[in-house]
Amino acid sequence: MSKNKLNYLDDLEAEAIYILREVAGQFEKPALLFSGGKDSITLVRLAEKAFRPGKFPFPLVHIDTGHNFPETISYRDEMVDRIGEKLIVGYVQDDIDAGRVIEQKGKNASRNSLQTVTLLNTIEKHKFDACIGGARRDEEKARAKERIFSVRDEFGQWDPKRQRPELWNLYNGKIHKGENVRVFPISNWTELDVWNYIRRENIALPSIYFAHQRDVITRNGQLMAAAKALNMDSEDVIERRNVRFRTVGDMTCTAAVESDAFEIDDIINEISESKISERGARMDDKVSEAAMEDRKKGGYF
Amino acid sequence: MDILKFLTAGSVDDGKSTLIGRLLYDSESILQDQLEALQASNRKNDDGTIDLAILTDGLKAEREQGITIDVAYKYFQTEKRKFIIADTPGHIQYTRNMVTGASNADLAIILIDARKGVIEQTIRHSYLVSLLALQHVVVAVNKMDMVDYSEEVFNNIVKDYQAMAAKLNLNEVSYIPVSALKGDNIVHESVNMIWYQGKSLLDHLETVPVAIDDSTDHARMPIQWIIRPQTEELHDYRGYAGRVASGSFKVNDAITVLPSGFSSTISKIEFFDQEPAEASAGMSVTVHLADEIDISRGDTLVNAKYLPTVSQLIEADLCWMDTKPMDASLTYLIQHNSKTTRCKISDVLHKVNINTLDKVSAESFNLNDIGRVVIKTADPLAFDLYQENKANGGAILIDSRTNLTVGALMFRANAD
Repeated sequence: MSKNKLNYLDDLEAEAIYILREVAGQFEKPALLFSGGKDSITLVRLAEKAFRPGKFPFPLVHIDTGHNFPETISYRDEMVDRIGEKLIVGYVQDDIDAGRVIEQKGKNASRNSLQTVTLLNTIEKHKFDACIGGARRDEEKARAKERIFSVRDEFGQWDPKRQRPELWNLYNGKIHKGENVRVFPISNWTELDVWNYIRRENIALPSIYFAHQRDVITRNGQLMAAAKALNMDSEDVIERRNVRFRTVGDMTCTAAVESDAFEIDDIINEISESKISERGARMDDKVSEAAMEDRKKGGYF
Repeated sequence: MDILKFLTAGSVDDGKSTLIGRLLYDSESILQDQLEALQASNRKNDDGTIDLAILTDGLKAEREQGITIDVAYKYFQTEKRKFIIADTPGHIQYTRNMVTGASNADLAIILIDARKGVIEQTIRHSYLVSLLALQHVVVAVNKMDMVDYSEEVFNNIVKDYQAMAAKLNLNEVSYIPVSALKGDNIVHESVNMIWYQGKSLLDHLETVPVAIDDSTDHARMPIQWIIRPQTEELHDYRGYAGRVASGSFKVNDAITVLPSGFSSTISKIEFFDQEPAEASAGMSVTVHLADEIDISRGDTLVNAKYLPTVSQLIEADLCWMDTKPMDASLTYLIQHNSKTTRCKISDVLHKVNINTLDKVSAESFNLNDIGRVVIKTADPLAFDLYQENKANGGAILIDSRTNLTVGALMFRANAD
């Protein structure tokens, strides 16, 4: 007797729940890295499905660059209120004030690279042994080889040559003291899968994902939100356009796309037809062909 | 719509990366900015067309060396199906990578260079596919453009492969003549090989049925986590959380908990806000039992009428995956579903020369070695034979000094 496999969204969902429960079972002090983006919002819904009516066996951890979209922060606080779970915030500003990192200057300054330091400090301070993240293998070439359980050394570094073989659904979470594991439950999801899941589950998102009128400037050929964090000067021409954001990173490195997608169905249509992949709208990957690989080795999300 | 996971076995020389690139390119699964990066890259084919192989090269070291040294996962979808490709290297020094990729695949594409036919590498790849018990095999005879699209060349290769496949118990084998470079029979049917009546590669991948084992006699659910809210209103709530590995459970089914042997019946199955009457293979659920019995992570729920083997002495095929050789004097950790216990390799029965399939005597295993061993575990394992139920018949070995995953085990017999 046999029957067909599960529908793909049910299959991906069940796999992600399985991975979250493995984290709970294998680690002493896990955490869920929450960015306020759609991928980590999806992780929260999956955690509800994995652990309710119990509490999550981990807190949510947000690394706040201070340059987040205000919509993201208010979404975060409302969500934490609703689900009744613990939130820990690591502030990049604290590391700047303490002189542990130096803020970039000039027009293209971004705190994006600084947040790695805050992330690693937060992990160390709370002695987290596993950090759940929303990265997906379809986002970028270097991520295509990332394991679901990805071991980082004491310095948060990822060594692509020393990755553990990952067989069947057996995830080896054994680590030495000081090391930690990054866990990616939605590794096998694509951007479209995440959107289809959000639609199916009727999950609320920060408003910046949907088309809205906003003051924008053009930097390096990309539309950026006109915000103080971008160190604007008289050369920057502010225009009001209908835009939305495809990711909710730091305001300094997250480009907007012109869009009339006001509803989730519009977004799904837009992505299905889109000719720009999601990370194509993130300036931080554009630096060089191997940009992501280099950042991952240094402990980036 | 379901997901088909497939593996591509072959080397760079066989045009494997080109084949995957072609599949993505012709099925319009490449986005504009990726295409621009591709065009901007200075790697081109001799005739000036884009080198599609770049699409699957992930890591810097690999781009430099022009070889695939790890498992890279690629995603694409058509109107009929979603696909996950595990792109693994073909050379013998990367056998462990192929074993890893094959462990999660439903189907393997074995690439054969039409000019070379069935060679040592083909035997090795086919052996690994058979070892890992993949449901389907597609033999893609590539570079047909280099042999004048000859039907005779293709037929001879099919004949040679069939003779070998019979020895390896490979049942579901399909044969497709292709040219990845020119695009023949990858997505579009070839106009150069009208003698071929079958499906193009993509058409085959879209339509091949993938079944799951849904029988009650393989109902297995390893317990991952126990949900106990311990709040006032849910004071007595006790839910056993796990993913059904194989088979199917229904409410009121009599179950046994292994290895303890306690019995009970399923009183309720929960999935978040739903209460399904049945949980079948692949579903992550929470199960409630009628009786209060002692269950913890690492235990397995099974249908009481169909028990798996419970033993501490198991004969298994082992693929060694570490640069440090296997050491029979060491105690390793073994991870089998949610259960982890200590174990020793108590006997090495033989190794297999995976190029010739000859069995040779051996004392130890080096990186990429495959053979038959007997392991002795500290706690009993509740397992099925891998060839009968993959989901409950495989395990990994962990070196507790390095914490690395050093071996893959496929259980073949109870040795007690």
